Amino acid sequence: MKGKVIDVTLDNVVGEVMNMKNDGQRLVSFSTYNAGEGKIGILYHFDKALENTHLRLVADMDKPIPSVSGVYFSALLVENEIRDQWDVKFDGLVLDFNRTLLLDPEVTKVPLANNLKIGPKN
Amino acid sequence: MLFTPTVVKNLLKKPATRKYPFEVREPFPKYRGELVIDIDRCIFCSSCERKCPSQCIAVDRDKGTWQCDPYACIYCGYCVDVCPVKCLSMKDVHRKPSTEKTEWIEQGTPPRHKKKETPKDAAPKGTAPVLDKSAAAAEEAAPAATEVAPEAKAEERPAAKDKKKDEKKGKK
Amino acid sequence: MATTVIPFGPQHPVLPEPVHLTLKVEDEIVKEAIPALGYVHRGLEKLCEIRDFNQMITVCERVCGICSMIHGACYSQSIEELMGIEIPDRAKLLRVIWSELHRMHSHLLWLGLFADAFGFEALFMQFWKIRERIMDINEATAGSRVIVSVNIIGGVRADLSPDQLRWILSELDIVEKEVRELQDTMMNDYTIKTRTVGIGVMTKAQAWELGAAGPTLRGSGVAQDMRQQGYGGYAFLDFEPVVETAGDCWARSTVRFREVLQSADLVRQAISKLPEGELAVKVKGNPPEGEVYHRVEQPRGECMYYIRGNGTKNLDRLRIRTPTFANIPPLLAMLPECELADVPVIVLSIDPCISCTER
Ligand code: SF4
Ligand code: SF4
Repeated sequence: MKGKVIDVTLDNVVGEVMNMKNDGQRLVSFSTYNAGEGKIGILYHFDKALENTHLRLVADMDKPIPSVSGVYFSALLVENEIRDQWDVKFDGLVLDFNRTLLLDPEVTKVPLANNLKIGPKN
Repeated sequence: MLFTPTVVKNLLKKPATRKYPFEVREPFPKYRGELVIDIDRCIFCSSCERKCPSQCIAVDRDKGTWQCDPYACIYCGYCVDVCPVKCLSMKDVHRKPSTEKTEWIEQGTPPRHKKKETPKDAAPKGTAPVLDKSAAAAEEAAPAATEVAPEAKAEERPAAKDKKKDEKKGKK
Repeated sequence: MATTVIPFGPQHPVLPEPVHLTLKVEDEIVKEAIPALGYVHRGLEKLCEIRDFNQMITVCERVCGICSMIHGACYSQSIEELMGIEIPDRAKLLRVIWSELHRMHSHLLWLGLFADAFGFEALFMQFWKIRERIMDINEATAGSRVIVSVNIIGGVRADLSPDQLRWILSELDIVEKEVRELQDTMMNDYTIKTRTVGIGVMTKAQAWELGAAGPTLRGSGVAQDMRQQGYGGYAFLDFEPVVETAGDCWARSTVRFREVLQSADLVRQAISKLPEGELAVKVKGNPPEGEVYHRVEQPRGECMYYIRGNGTKNLDRLRIRTPTFANIPPLLAMLPECELADVPVIVLSIDPCISCTER
């Protein structure tokens, strides 16, 4: 993957993101992936003068993750999206859609957490 | 009087639009309009079925049918590119809108194929004998498992497809 | 002052796509805007679990109708990076040609819609008339007006003959001439200026901090364009990002207007540098384990793909961040303190593409 990858933990993620902001980095987006049983990997992508930096956070899906939307307002959409797709809670979201940003309230299964398999077309 | 030149120009110009449907532009030759198959040349190799991104083609080697769901087809033309005997092609005009959903099944003659001397399997009527490539391969690989195969063939089509998926997964 | 809540959308005349904004209004002045998405969520990212990596190209092309070519190219480039494939130079430049044609028709479409948003129907008609020539080029060369579907992993699957190249160049001259005729109206017309100048202002610092992308960012004076990275065929071309500094709706529309002309120039450059050679290389095997992060510039801005391969023909994860997704937070920052009548113009000025936002 292009760019520098820095590993962070639940405790220092907000601080590291704050450092990035003070450094004048622009938040591009987050990416999520399945990092093993019950774990989610989140990559925070930053950009400054076309140079990429990524923060990698691997966290448990059942524990809330500190939200960085207080630091970067633009993180709110993607954090809400992750909430939809993985059912991961974020602590301190500035605008919490509570799992209804993309999905309807009556949806009970979260799509990306591999608990839902798409069947073959009949 | 600022607009007089423009007004005069516009009065003399031809309109930018055509009176469709009375006046139809010549189609461009490469346009991916409608999928057509020359079924007589098809060798039922299922390449198109495997390549199709919307999984709308179903090739049945036993029966010699080639089936496509024209409403699921996205006219990408990948099947045309992949067909080894070039029996698929694209017309340069698109399909006319229709008021009813139609099925599109082509019946051809399946090629004689040496590994398939099991006429007793093909006999039962009313069932859907689905023997696709992977199933055939499985049979070849494990001749001892031939008792299992007829059952699988008697299953409904989606189930058979399920099985195919599982087999593929298992191979990985 | 009492607060009134006015819903904007999901069905609104200026936008064919469904997005909902809850506007808190005090006496015609918008105080707060809260978005609601999810009307066209299709779950395309999940499809990578059952479609193989070749079939996913067509899925990615359908993330967005208007910039389908660039989505397809971005996906192909990501997979090529993951698999370590170097594609032929001719394929790289052919991708650039179709990508820039897509950028032109997307911007022309937007310029028309923008004119429509403030009620200038005649201008709308003119822009769409011009756009039709580019759609014809797409149709004649690639086989489809919008979803050209020319990308495959390892190259492209359509070629341009010398005759077609000459025809494209002559069509581009006509397009450029006709676009230039509209320049004065789009940039200097009194009515347009009253509707756009000073409306929805976003400063440079704000745009950067809110993560704006594409013309929204460049309209605020930040010279950032992903094409500067020189991915694919852009490494061969001369390129300077188009920047405006005012940060209002006028600046954003001017950026797009100038980008139409710039794209025409890039197509000409690419055609003049087009080498002879293969169209595609053979691809063997499946994407290996690993991850790639790739960014390209789409008409609406920077688009990001994140792909994780796991050694099988299906991908582990495909994440697409489309430009409008990045431009919604800036939109929320632009709307407060604007007049209710300006809301459609401001919403349109970020060139929203809701279907690709929700994928
Ligand atoms: S054109 Fe594309 S979608 Fe249609 S049958 Fe062929 S491969 Fe499938
Ligand atoms: S790829 Fe061609 S020959 Fe093979 S089954 Fe399809 S249409 Fe027939």
